[in-house]
Amino acid sequence: MAANWIWLVPALPLAGVLVNGLLGRRIGKGGVSVIGPGMVGAAFAVSLWLFLDLAARAPEARTLSQNVYTWISAGDFRASVAFLVDPLSATLMLVVTGVGFLIHVYSVGYMHDEDRRGFARYFTYLNLFTFAMLVLVMADNFLLLFVGWEGVGLCSYLLIGFWFKDRANATAGKKAFIVNRIGDFGFLLGIFLMFGAFGSVAFADVLPSAATVLDAGGPLAFWICLFLFVGAVGKSAQIPLYVWLPDAMAGPTPVSALIHAATMVTAGVYMVARSHALYDMAPAVLAIVAGIGAATALYAATIGLVQTDIKKVLAYSTISQLGYMFLGVGVAAYAAGIFHLVTHAFFKALLFLGAGSVIHALHGEQDMRRMGGLKRALPVTYWTMLAATLAIAGIPPLAGFFSKDEILWRTWDAGHPVLWAIGLATAGLTALYMFRLFFLTFHGSFRGTGEQRQHLHESPPSMTIPLTVLGALSVVGGWIGIPPAIGQTLGGVPNAIESWLAPVFADAHAEGAAHAAGEAHAIPPMEYALMAASIAVALLGILAARYLWLTRPELPVRIGLQFRVAATVLSNKYYVDELYDAIVVRPYNALSHFAWRVIDEGLIDGLVVGGTGAVVRWQSRVSSAWQSGAIPTYVTVFFGGVVAILVYYLFG
Amino acid sequence: MAFYLTTILFFPILGAVMLAGIPGRNRAAIRQATLAIAVIHFLIALPLWWLYAPGGADYQFVEHVPWIDSLGVEYHLGVDGVSVLLTLLTVLLTPLAVLGSWRYIDHHVKEFHILLLVLTTGMLGVFFALDLFVFYVFWELMLVPMYFLIGVWGGEQRVYAAVKFFLYTFLGGVLMLVGILALYFHHQGVTGVYTTSLADLMAIPVPGELQLALFLAFAIAFAIKVPMFPFHTWLPDAHVQAPAAGSVILAAVLLKMGTYGFYRFAMPLFPEAARQALPWIAGLAVVGVIYGAMVALVQPNVKKLVAYSSVSHLGFVMLGLFALNVTGVQGSVIQMINHGISTGALFFICGMLYERRHTYEIAQFGGLSTVMPVFAVLFMIVTLSSIGLPGLNGFVGEFLILVGMFQNHPWMTGIATAGVILAAYYMLRMFQSVMFGDVEIEANRKLPDLSGREVAVLLPLVALIVWIGVYPAPFLSRTEPSVDRFVERVTRTAGTQPAEVAELDADEAEPPEAVPAGLEGRP
Repeated sequence: MAANWIWLVPALPLAGVLVNGLLGRRIGKGGVSVIGPGMVGAAFAVSLWLFLDLAARAPEARTLSQNVYTWISAGDFRASVAFLVDPLSATLMLVVTGVGFLIHVYSVGYMHDEDRRGFARYFTYLNLFTFAMLVLVMADNFLLLFVGWEGVGLCSYLLIGFWFKDRANATAGKKAFIVNRIGDFGFLLGIFLMFGAFGSVAFADVLPSAATVLDAGGPLAFWICLFLFVGAVGKSAQIPLYVWLPDAMAGPTPVSALIHAATMVTAGVYMVARSHALYDMAPAVLAIVAGIGAATALYAATIGLVQTDIKKVLAYSTISQLGYMFLGVGVAAYAAGIFHLVTHAFFKALLFLGAGSVIHALHGEQDMRRMGGLKRALPVTYWTMLAATLAIAGIPPLAGFFSKDEILWRTWDAGHPVLWAIGLATAGLTALYMFRLFFLTFHGSFRGTGEQRQHLHESPPSMTIPLTVLGALSVVGGWIGIPPAIGQTLGGVPNAIESWLAPVFADAHAEGAAHAAGEAHAIPPMEYALMAASIAVALLGILAARYLWLTRPELPVRIGLQFRVAATVLSNKYYVDELYDAIVVRPYNALSHFAWRVIDEGLIDGLVVGGTGAVVRWQSRVSSAWQSGAIPTYVTVFFGGVVAILVYYLFG
Repeated sequence: MAFYLTTILFFPILGAVMLAGIPGRNRAAIRQATLAIAVIHFLIALPLWWLYAPGGADYQFVEHVPWIDSLGVEYHLGVDGVSVLLTLLTVLLTPLAVLGSWRYIDHHVKEFHILLLVLTTGMLGVFFALDLFVFYVFWELMLVPMYFLIGVWGGEQRVYAAVKFFLYTFLGGVLMLVGILALYFHHQGVTGVYTTSLADLMAIPVPGELQLALFLAFAIAFAIKVPMFPFHTWLPDAHVQAPAAGSVILAAVLLKMGTYGFYRFAMPLFPEAARQALPWIAGLAVVGVIYGAMVALVQPNVKKLVAYSSVSHLGFVMLGLFALNVTGVQGSVIQMINHGISTGALFFICGMLYERRHTYEIAQFGGLSTVMPVFAVLFMIVTLSSIGLPGLNGFVGEFLILVGMFQNHPWMTGIATAGVILAAYYMLRMFQSVMFGDVEIEANRKLPDLSGREVAVLLPLVALIVWIGVYPAPFLSRTEPSVDRFVERVTRTAGTQPAEVAELDADEAEPPEAVPAGLEGRP
């Protein structure tokens, strides 16, 4: 029985944590390099087995579950450590362990300069992250999901601040944790409300009865979904809580790839998709989700356009792509959102790992203004990065085209032409800023130092092999979700991922399920028109990038001077960090100081205690407490009072 | 098992007498003897974990001996699930406190250890007492040693702190004494019998206005001890000045006297008044959660920061008690234990920093992770426990408190929940200042990592942090029946049964009255 072995999937990386954490220095870097990636690889193997087991079953029977133990039981409240493997969680498990394994392998090469202790610490954290992320996607209830949710947040904190000797890195980690906590505050309130309404936090109790317990469009559904979404906004770095993610680039680059691109930051999308039965009862919140997603997608893309740090560009790109995913789930195209989550995991992990390879070759250089012409020195990195860049730009038949276009089409189809237009404009901007990155890094002439030029080298196989695998996935990964509009002309190729996820999202869009089954279906001509529009926009973006940063490289500088205000605002990221600092952080700190100095030391100590002067007088009286006979004083005063009261009651 | 509780209760006094026989010069012998006594004491009390039957009688291991007949005072001890856990916490922390003071205490060593043992007896007496007189004796007994622990072995301003501690406590003690006496005479007025037995006093309802007055007298005494805003300002001074072991015992056990007082005495004795006062007390608890977190943020002194964090955490505990449902109160009880473990560990950590640098100023540290890696790991786990990370103990308590309280008072709970953000802010900021960055101060460059003794102090606490976080069932199941009774008692309206029970009875009463099938509608 496959279901009896579900626990192995999270347990394997947890075993890695224990071994690397407790014995890491003893088994040395070699041992850690085997245990760290090995445990995640083994978890991938078990996940694959579970996936195949599911796939062999009839669609409606594709659910495995395992109750490990009752975690908390108090009064009416109950929550278990119990896992659920259904098509949605199985998909995420494969992404987390599969992409996670490749990044672990890559890390062995990338982190080889660390000393033994640092190396073991790194893999301990990375394994711990994998464990927490698996708990998040495999949980069968909202509380256990929350455990994974905060667990990945912890690992993010630890890994962003991995090089903690530099205070800036530690600060970035702390910022990530605290901003995420703001989101978690919302998530908790959502759970409280949900428990009040359903008397349970288990998916099996809450989701199927959502339609009967909640009024469609009613306030309860609205607030539960909105609060849960606040959690998603924090974890998935959407407006207004995205500010931690760009700073999170302070962590080692493989961490950015795994946590801050491929897996953790997509947890919010997963959570909304998982709770879709609730969101279907709250159309107003869905509209908010879609709106915030679209706004974030465009907003982050504009900032990405002017960043000069290669990782910062990718960070804003991630925020932008997450916006697409929320746009997808916000228009109730849950499968499309998850599809984009999967393809994005491939190409964005690859982009980060490629950037890591470049940074590695340049001994830590991250500023694209000091790169250029790296194509020859880093061929594997170049070609794989090209695949990923084309994929994210939305060029068919690469992965990103299918998933992004599915979201855009479903947005239009759901009757949101404005959101569609924003999505389309973002697609153009994406192609523009990504090829700006690509051309600045790999084409033109090298702009770094002579010494850097001498030491240029392609990365070792432990790094290039994961790049190659992810490169292949960035090319073909989208073929699991070929829309009927294309599939039919290819002779009835089905939309594999949509039909795979259909049992989970079935009630949400029966139409999608019909699509997915590959049934002959009249394709609206509009779908082809929109598809053509997105391809055209992507090509336009690439050509513009080529013109601006290869053909006429002096032009962007002149444009910057021409529109100085806009350029300043953009390169300062709209001054949002400064704004938050001024309206939240500083007032809070000032108020805290006020509470301490004025309320605590002034008011309470001054008035309630009866004046510090009196205390000081006492102080001189009992200054050497041990010798001065304070005990008799104390006892006399106290029991004198007792006697007085007794006398009053007995004889008064 | 006759006199099991008495044995546990007075064993430390016996130990203190033995210590008195050791010459004061022989410090090593005194430390070793105290450690041995404390460990044996722990082993004597440990079987309570298994022997206490959660599903059994209300109070177990009951000892009932007439004491002062003319006043109706009886030597009456017993424990329920909550006092069992608090007892075990106390006997666990005493040996750790001895171990943690091994180097810290360097004068009047003998007196220090004697007082520590006397203090233990005082605290246990409060947890065991089922008679108000016995309770009051131990309540006062425990304050005296604490006063001297701060006043003699404390820091530079120890006398100021000890006096402040004394003033606050004195005020509370007098108020409570008045309350006890008034209750005593009220009971005599109604029944003609003088008694200080808790059960007898609970049996006679107290009329509304008197009940409110008496509740307030008890509540203020306990609120000072908790401490609740605005009665908390003795705490930061007491903590900063107290020696490490004093701070640990103070935070871990003494503060629980306040919350335990509410649980055992103030609320069950005066249930209607407790419900009347609920919005005020819960409101102050919420203020405490937020206010404590804010003031903690701006402390330049690490010990003071931890002290204010206690104000915030104890606010959660009070909130849970006043949730008046099993979920919230269970959370509150487990959070009492959690706070004892985590904040106890934090004060040990403060002591370890102090032993190395003779300062608590956060600015005097920085970059310690590099020089003290083992310390870094343990400190990190304790910090995470304190900010309620799921998987560690603090989360279980905080979550149950909030989810329980939310069902009755969503707005207050919503505000209190913001405490989880603020806690992360002040704790992580402190942790970063002390542990991360480069080592900039020369004196920190060669600090030794934890010794075996220090690891031995922290490791049991860290193990409990993980255990309760991952598998709290053994703790929750031991207290649930006791908490059930507490909730039933406090939610009951005078002369009637609690709402839930009444409903249940109605359901059970239905079948016999059901009309046989086919007979409906017939005249």
